[in-house]
Amino acid sequence: MKPEIPWAVYQTKFFSLRLDRRVPWILCFLSLAALILFVLHIGVGEYYIAPFDVLNTILGKDLGDENYRFVVMELRMPRAILAWLVGAALGASGAIVQGLTRNPLASPDLTGVTAGASAAAVVFIVILPNTPQGWLPLVAFAGGMFVAVLLYLFAWRGNASMSGDSPIRLILVGIGLSAALGAFVSFALTFGELWYVQNAIMWLSGSVYASDWADIRSVFPWILICLPLAFLTARDLNVLNLGEDIAHGLGAPLTLKRGFLLLLAVALAGVTVTVAGIISFVGLIAPHLARRLVGSLHEGLIPAAAFVGGLVVLLSDLVGRTFMPPTEIPVGIVVSIVGVPFFLYLLWKREKV
Amino acid sequence: MAVQISNMTRTHAPKPILIGALPLCIAALIFAAAVSVAFGAADITLQTVWEAIVSFDKTNANHLIIQTLRFPRVFTAMLVGAALGVTGAIMQGLTRNPLADPGLLGIESGAAFAVVMGIFVFHITSLPVYAVFAFAGATLTALAVYGLGSLGRSGATPFKLTIAGAAFSSLLSSLTTSILMFNQRSLDEARFWLAGSVAGREMRLVLEAAPFFFVGLAAAFLLGRQMTTLSMGEEIARGLGQHVRRIKLACAAVVILLAGSAVALAGPIGFIGLIIPHVVRMFAGVDYRWALPYSALLGAVFLLLSDLAGRMLVRPLEMPVGIMTAAIGGPIFIYLVRWKVKR
Repeated sequence: MKPEIPWAVYQTKFFSLRLDRRVPWILCFLSLAALILFVLHIGVGEYYIAPFDVLNTILGKDLGDENYRFVVMELRMPRAILAWLVGAALGASGAIVQGLTRNPLASPDLTGVTAGASAAAVVFIVILPNTPQGWLPLVAFAGGMFVAVLLYLFAWRGNASMSGDSPIRLILVGIGLSAALGAFVSFALTFGELWYVQNAIMWLSGSVYASDWADIRSVFPWILICLPLAFLTARDLNVLNLGEDIAHGLGAPLTLKRGFLLLLAVALAGVTVTVAGIISFVGLIAPHLARRLVGSLHEGLIPAAAFVGGLVVLLSDLVGRTFMPPTEIPVGIVVSIVGVPFFLYLLWKREKV
Repeated sequence: MAVQISNMTRTHAPKPILIGALPLCIAALIFAAAVSVAFGAADITLQTVWEAIVSFDKTNANHLIIQTLRFPRVFTAMLVGAALGVTGAIMQGLTRNPLADPGLLGIESGAAFAVVMGIFVFHITSLPVYAVFAFAGATLTALAVYGLGSLGRSGATPFKLTIAGAAFSSLLSSLTTSILMFNQRSLDEARFWLAGSVAGREMRLVLEAAPFFFVGLAAAFLLGRQMTTLSMGEEIARGLGQHVRRIKLACAAVVILLAGSAVALAGPIGFIGLIIPHVVRMFAGVDYRWALPYSALLGAVFLLLSDLAGRMLVRPLEMPVGIMTAAIGGPIFIYLVRWKVKR
């Protein structure tokens, strides 16, 4: 009897891909779940719309209710799409960072993006409240990018004996830098004007509240470029995961590959900051859940982490919107609450390290 | 998947360094304590400090300041700093993860949640009551995390502890944030406590808390040898005949006692538990019989100096020490990492 091969191999002239057989099925399942949630997300709320009416409205049928079109197309759909995109970007980013550092506690936060964005945003909201607040996304993004670059430079040693971009040094420098910036944030939150502080906390806890098509237009190109690039470079992560010495022995140009992967992770996390503030938990759990589903080879793991991330944020936003209306709980907070049962499931299953 | 800590530095520091650094650290501690007592909003000479100890005069304002404000403050800083340094070292050894700190067992987030809940629901306003809430919250959370992390056949593996801790901390801080976001009174009341401070603790409170610290520190130092064995990996420790499960439980108990008392007394002060063990490992290696006492000493020195800096920097205002530890420690830490971590 022939043993079943656990791989699906796709090969063309220019391109070959080897995937765990589970991967395509899992991805299909995750997309289906996302679609169902998507319809629910659009239908449920202050103004209830039945699932089939949602679908019909999206498909352009006129159902005789003036409001349907506006509520579905202008209010809720952009928000649902954005939630999924943000989650997907964070999930993929987290998978990359965990792969790079080989640390289960790693998340996109480690790249300094969130710390930089938080500090910049807090300056903007609490310390300079009279500036036009429309600039906030851009300021946060710039802060995040700046700190990410700074972190890389701090961790970099040109000295031959110091292995230019050691991941452990990156982690530790990241801790130091995040802590220093965190101190600044907490200073502003402790001494700032109460009203602005509350606004800042709101932003820091991450929300996709009141997002519109313009938000999607601004993040979609980035994600469209970065996510596929992440899938394509996933294989490098497998090699890096074998350990420094083996990767060297296999002839991988480590520094270059790591740098590129890190850049992708930073870009993916950074772009979410502009539209959703800081949602940190997704980047941590989505890769863990995905690893449980498809194993730890990154060709499957990165797309799965992206899909899981999207699903988690979409679900969390649905919960946050409907849990105690009319108050909306920011999605970043709900993610942590919803994420815990997932985590317990992870622990309950026999663990692999 | 855990990153090995030991590859950052040589495993065993030479004996002369280990022994020679001890008097240096103790001297630094005494110096930092003396300076902390002397300097502040009112600068007092060291001679007056001495007089306030040996011949206390109730009518002398400086003596009063020293006895009722500075001493409790300095004791608090020393106890809390030592406790955080030691618990950080234990946590990093226990989880074999250089990112671990006492906060990983959910101690800080649990305490913060309990205190904010106390303010929100019961309208508590006094420091000793905060301390009780904080200690209870920290203990319950840590027990929950340890319990969840021990589910399943293999017991409390580093991986599971790490994940359970991260999940629980995140959950509780989210709940805390949502209270603060929607309730302005709680935010106003809690935010100074949440920044972590050693100011304004009464001597009585400090003395009541002190036994907890001493018991915890003594227990931690006694565990040093077992920690060294355990940090080589569970398989090896078991092979050497260690009761791994018991040792881990004992370590967790010490962490809960020490870090719980610390957060009760001073609020959540981050970063010390994270960096002090790294700094200690750079010169003292990974032998916990030495690393734990050094972590205690340096933790205390670092907290004292951070607090002093917080008082001197923005006079007449005071910066909460929890902010200062990260603001000062962050850059120092980055420098050390650049210089020391080779691969």
